This record gives sequence, C-alpha cells and structure tokens, in this order.
Amino acid sequence: MATVTIAYAVLLYLAAIVLVGGLCYRIALYAMTKAPLRIPTMPAPRTRSGVAVRMAGEVGLFTSLFRGDKWAWIWSYLFHVSLLLVLLQHLRYVFVAVPQWVVWESPFGSYAALVLVVSLGGLIGRRLVNARVRFLSGPSDYLMLVLLFAIGVTGAMMRFVSRVNIVAFKAFILGLMYMHLQPLPDETLILVHVALVALLMLVLPFSKLLHAPGVLFSPTRNQVDNARHEAQTPHDQASRGARIGTEPVGQDGAL
Amino acid sequence: MSDITAPTLGEYVDTPKPRAGVMKDLQTFKASPEHQQALGFPGTLVDDWQNKAIQRLGELLDTQRGLRVYLDSCVKCGSCTDKCHYFLGTGDANNMPAARQDLLRGVYRRYFTLPGKLFPKLVGATDLTREVLDSWYTYFHQCSQCRRCSVFCPYGIDTAEISMAAREVMDTIGVGQKYCNEIIGKVHKIGNNLGLPEPALRNTLEGLEEDVKDSTGVDVRFPVDVEGAEVLLITPSADFFAEPHIDGLIGYAKVFHQAGISWTLSSHASEAANFAMFIGSHEQMRKVAMRIREAALALKVKRIVVGECGHAWRVAYSFWNTLIGPFDFLDPRYPQPQHICEVTDDLISRGALKIDPSANDERVVTFHDSCNVARATRMGGRPGGQMEVPRSVIRSVCNNFVEMSRETTGDQTFCCGGGGGLLTDDLLDLRVKGALPRMQALNTVVKEQKVTHMAAICAICKSQFTKVLPYYGLNREMIISVHQLVGDAIVLGAKE
Repeated sequence: MATVTIAYAVLLYLAAIVLVGGLCYRIALYAMTKAPLRIPTMPAPRTRSGVAVRMAGEVGLFTSLFRGDKWAWIWSYLFHVSLLLVLLQHLRYVFVAVPQWVVWESPFGSYAALVLVVSLGGLIGRRLVNARVRFLSGPSDYLMLVLLFAIGVTGAMMRFVSRVNIVAFKAFILGLMYMHLQPLPDETLILVHVALVALLMLVLPFSKLLHAPGVLFSPTRNQVDNARHEAQTPHDQASRGARIGTEPVGQDGAL
Repeated sequence: MSDITAPTLGEYVDTPKPRAGVMKDLQTFKASPEHQQALGFPGTLVDDWQNKAIQRLGELLDTQRGLRVYLDSCVKCGSCTDKCHYFLGTGDANNMPAARQDLLRGVYRRYFTLPGKLFPKLVGATDLTREVLDSWYTYFHQCSQCRRCSVFCPYGIDTAEISMAAREVMDTIGVGQKYCNEIIGKVHKIGNNLGLPEPALRNTLEGLEEDVKDSTGVDVRFPVDVEGAEVLLITPSADFFAEPHIDGLIGYAKVFHQAGISWTLSSHASEAANFAMFIGSHEQMRKVAMRIREAALALKVKRIVVGECGHAWRVAYSFWNTLIGPFDFLDPRYPQPQHICEVTDDLISRGALKIDPSANDERVVTFHDSCNVARATRMGGRPGGQMEVPRSVIRSVCNNFVEMSRETTGDQTFCCGGGGGLLTDDLLDLRVKGALPRMQALNTVVKEQKVTHMAAICAICKSQFTKVLPYYGLNREMIISVHQLVGDAIVLGAKE
C-alpha cells in the first residue's frame, strides 16, 4: 500500500475522531452547564412548540440575521444552503448502493458547489469592504473562509474542470468505513481537497464553527416565556410540562 | 460639563465609521473600598488579581450556559455592529457589541480554549493584562445591557449577559463601579436606592396626600406598612420625589383609590429597582429581591404590583419566581407579580374606572418602549403584551397618540442611554451621545406630528431623558409617566 494512502487514512481517522469527539464533548458541556435564570429575548413563545417554531426559523431561515443585516443574510444563507446540498451529494461516497434520492439530488449538489464558492467570495469580500466587520475580523476569521473557499474550489474543479477517478476514491472511502483499506487515487486535486477537509474537521470543534451547535443551546432563543408562572430550575432548557398549569389571568373588575 | 455636546439630529441616524478608542478616556468612577466591602467584595485590586479573575470567569462559565455558548459562538458577522446606541452615538469601535464582547472573549480564548493557548495571535486571544482590565472597566461600563444587539444576532448572543459577567469578575477582584455598588449598599442599609429613610418616606407621602387633596378635593391615601392590605406596591424610590416620576405615583394612587383596591407601600422594601442585576451578581440580586418577599409576608398582602420601572420589571417578571418564589402565599387568581399597567388596563377595559381622556387633550403623546420591559419581560397574556398594554392604557386616557418610527419601538426600541447602571453624571457625555437614536426618532415626530410629550414606564428612562433632552434642544418636561396621563384623566369621586 502506498505511503500516501496510509497517511491519508490515518489523517482522516484522526480528523473523524477529533470532530465527533470534540463536538460531543462541547455539546455535552453546553447541555450540562446550568442556565440559572430565564433570559429569553422577548417577545418569546409561551409554549415548547412555539419555541420549536422560533428555533426552526433561526436554524432554517436565519430569521434574526435577516432582521439585522441583509447582505450578511444573503451570502451566509446561500453558503449554508449550498453547503447542505453539496454534503448531501457527497453521500454517494458512503453508500455501497447509492439510494435513488441521492442520485436525484446529485445535479443540485454539483451546481450548488458553484454557489458555495461564489457565496464564500461574497463573505470574504464583505469582510474586507464593510469597515465594521473588518474591525472585528482577525486572522482566523479570514483563514476559515479561505479554507472553505479552497475546499469548494478544488471540489468544483473535480466536477467541472478536470474529472478524477471517483470510483477509486469511493472505494477508498468505503475501505476506511469498513476497515479494509483501498488505495487512494494519486491525483493532486483529490489529495488537496481531502487534506483541506481533514483540516476543517480538525479545527471545527475548537473554532467559531461551534456556532452550529451553539445556536441550539442559546438561552435567549430556546427558552419559553413563562418565568412569571414557573421558577427556573438550574438545568432547565425550558419549561417542564408537568409543572405548568394555566397562567392566572386575574381581573379586577371580575373579582 | 460644558464640553459635552450632543450629536446633531438629522433625517435619520448615520452609521458612523468605527474608530477605536474614541471613548477610552471616559471611565465611570470606581467604588471606594467601603462601598466594595459592604457588598462582600474586596476593597481594592487584590494581589494575584489575574489568577483570581480567571478563576471567577471559569466559575461563571461553569454555571451560566448562556455565557459559555455566547463566548464560543460569535462568527463576527457584523449584524449587531450598527444596533448599539452607544456605537451610533460615539462611533467608538469598541462600542460595537461584538467588539465589546471580544474584550472578554479574547481572554476566554487565551485561558479556556486550545487554539487560544497554542496560537493566541491567530484567534485573537489576549493575556489578561492591566490594559485589558482597564478596557473591560471602560467598555463594560459603556454597555447599558439593553439587549438590542441580541435581537439581531443569529445566535441570540446577549451582550448584557457578557457585560454582567465581566462586571462580576471585576467586582470579585476589587474593581467595582461607585454608582451601582454604593446604591446596592444603600438598599441593604436603608431600604432604597435613594437612601430615603422611613420617616422621610412617610413625610413625603403625607405631603402627597395633601397635594392631591388640594388639587382634587378628594382624600387619596398613600399608605405605608398597612398590614392586611390587598396589594403591596413595589415601586422605584425615584417615584417618591423625582420629577416627572412622582406624578406617576399619584396616578397609581388614584387608580387604587378609584378601583377601591386597598394597597400599601412597604418601608422595608421601598425600592423596586434591583441594581444587583447590573453588576451580574445573582447572590446580591437575590438578597435585594428577598426584601420584597419578606415585606409581602409581613404585611400579609394578597398581591404584589410593580410600579413603572424597567429593570425592576425584568427582575420581577423573569427572576423573582426563581430567586425568591414561590408566591404560593399570594392570591392564585392573579399573576404574581403584576405590572401596574396590567392592573390599570384591566380596570379601564372593565369600566371600573371613570376616565375623561379630554383632560389630556392639550398633549400629543408618543411612547418610548423601555428596553428591559420590551426585550426581557411580558405583560398580559400574549407575547408582545409588554408593548400593547401600556399603549392600550395611553389610548384609553389620551386622545392624541402618535408612534415613533418602527425601527425604534417595540422589540427594536433603543435604550434611553442611561440604563444598566450608567445613570451617573460621570458618564454624562456617554449618556448624551447614547440618547441619539431615541432623540432623533422623537425629534421627527415632534416636527412632523406636533408631539408634545413622550411617555415612559421606567424610572431610569424618565431621569435620563429629563437630563439629556435639553442637549438636543428639546424641552426637558416632555418626558412624562404613563400614570401621570392616567392620573390626570381619571375622574375621582363616587361611582355612578
């Protein structure tokens, strides 16, 4: 087996362990940290299902960002949606028999790669052009975008410019999954693309990319507005059904 | 003070170019050792302060999920940057919410994250130096904890939580703010922020009874420590003497009088405001709030009603139940606590009060949503009731009501510029500049719709506007209590 195959196998196993372990640790830490007081940004939903709708809006539509900054919303929404489509397209590498819906999604995923690259260009450009965002930006903020940009460009090139041996690459990935190592095609674009992805997996649990799990644990967004009627218990994410009655609506005229 | 000038008011507020450090020399006075020690904090900067600060920050990270998530999650998208009234008014880059957070975040990264330990320069991690501590003191006292930035943050990052944590860390190493800590000391010692002792309080209230008798011919009582009263009214002590607050207090008294609800103030808990929230100390916040539970139990009241006070209503609505509840000794048919606007609105809607809105016909009124009421509490049964209920009260008692621009009201309201423990004259320059967005919106309705008064339901807003309105060429008497409008329109006397 070629040295490069073994090196990449080790790198990807390591990256996967760091990514999964790091994220699990972080999520467990968020979940176990107490939330001593009720601090939802009001007006907030009065029920759990209302909070689910609010969270779905934040995660699926970036509603608060939309209210705050339209350019940031456009570029980041395009980026996240195209990233999702691209990731779904990549599922073809992990199924021995590719499911039909992944086949159908595949063209969307391919062209989404172009949107991904453009939107990252937009995010980088905005960071440079907007004086306020430029002030906030440190080296890691640019490097993270450049890393994603490079991953996007190398990936899109393999699809639209210089086709590579994806059959052999899929065999390599399946080999990793089933602990039966297969040779990694010795093609520059593949090597660069995969190395950059591994780097991304390694830094994600230590970086601001933690905003992904973070948003789900944000007390200003995920808490129910019922503090007047119900005390906060230290580990509450929100209310516990059993302790809720109906909030009294005492009316002076009626009593 | 003569060098303080207000920004000019235009058609709209221009977003300034960020300039770092414009406001770095404006530091609020530090607490004396005596004021620090009264709250159990060290009197002066302790030896080994770096380690103690990091240790306290670690404890806060372990006990406040919001703080941990917020310090990790910011992606520097910039959505918050033009939302802070202090940034809009001063142009200081460190007054952009994300930049303000970064002052603490840099230290968090350096001491609590792997990349910050390994590659500090790359990820903006900073050692906790004397300069950093100094910048914390400056800029975490240029945040009024109004939560406007959190509305626009894709992750709901609340700079208020971060500035509260920073102030708590500073207090524990002996660097506290004079204004807040001296006031909290007064609450513990005397019972209210103003240090108004019980005899003076009784005296003031007797004077008010005479005033109301003179102007209306009706005996409206202002009772103190009446055991067995139905309602315990908890109101900011500014209501007892400051203008225009006091006319609001007269309004509450007329409402209770006319509705036939027996009520009382408490000399033990003669203060609604809880400044411990500003300094991020949950322990102090519980202590300050506990007086109210004690007073309610001692006076055997059935209900607690909170007067016009923005931050007080946040603590009461959102935190009391957790800190000093449960309120199972109170009448379960009512929400506990209730806001005075809820009580009044309910009475009016049921026809329990006789109102003559033409009494306010000389006034064209707009309403300033107080930041903590709008973004940290609710009134009534529906989300957004904290905006609807006070407006409903105003519309019932006043024929001429005008809204300011939508970007400056509701949950997008701007802080008055004096919230969060900044209502002190040593920060007057900041207060004047921070009032810019509100003054701009107000000036527009003054010019275009002939607005004469701006009503508010917060003691800090009322004091702040009284002070800063003249800097913008507006009349200081424009600011008015919602319950002054109520009090002026209420028809006292026997029910028909």
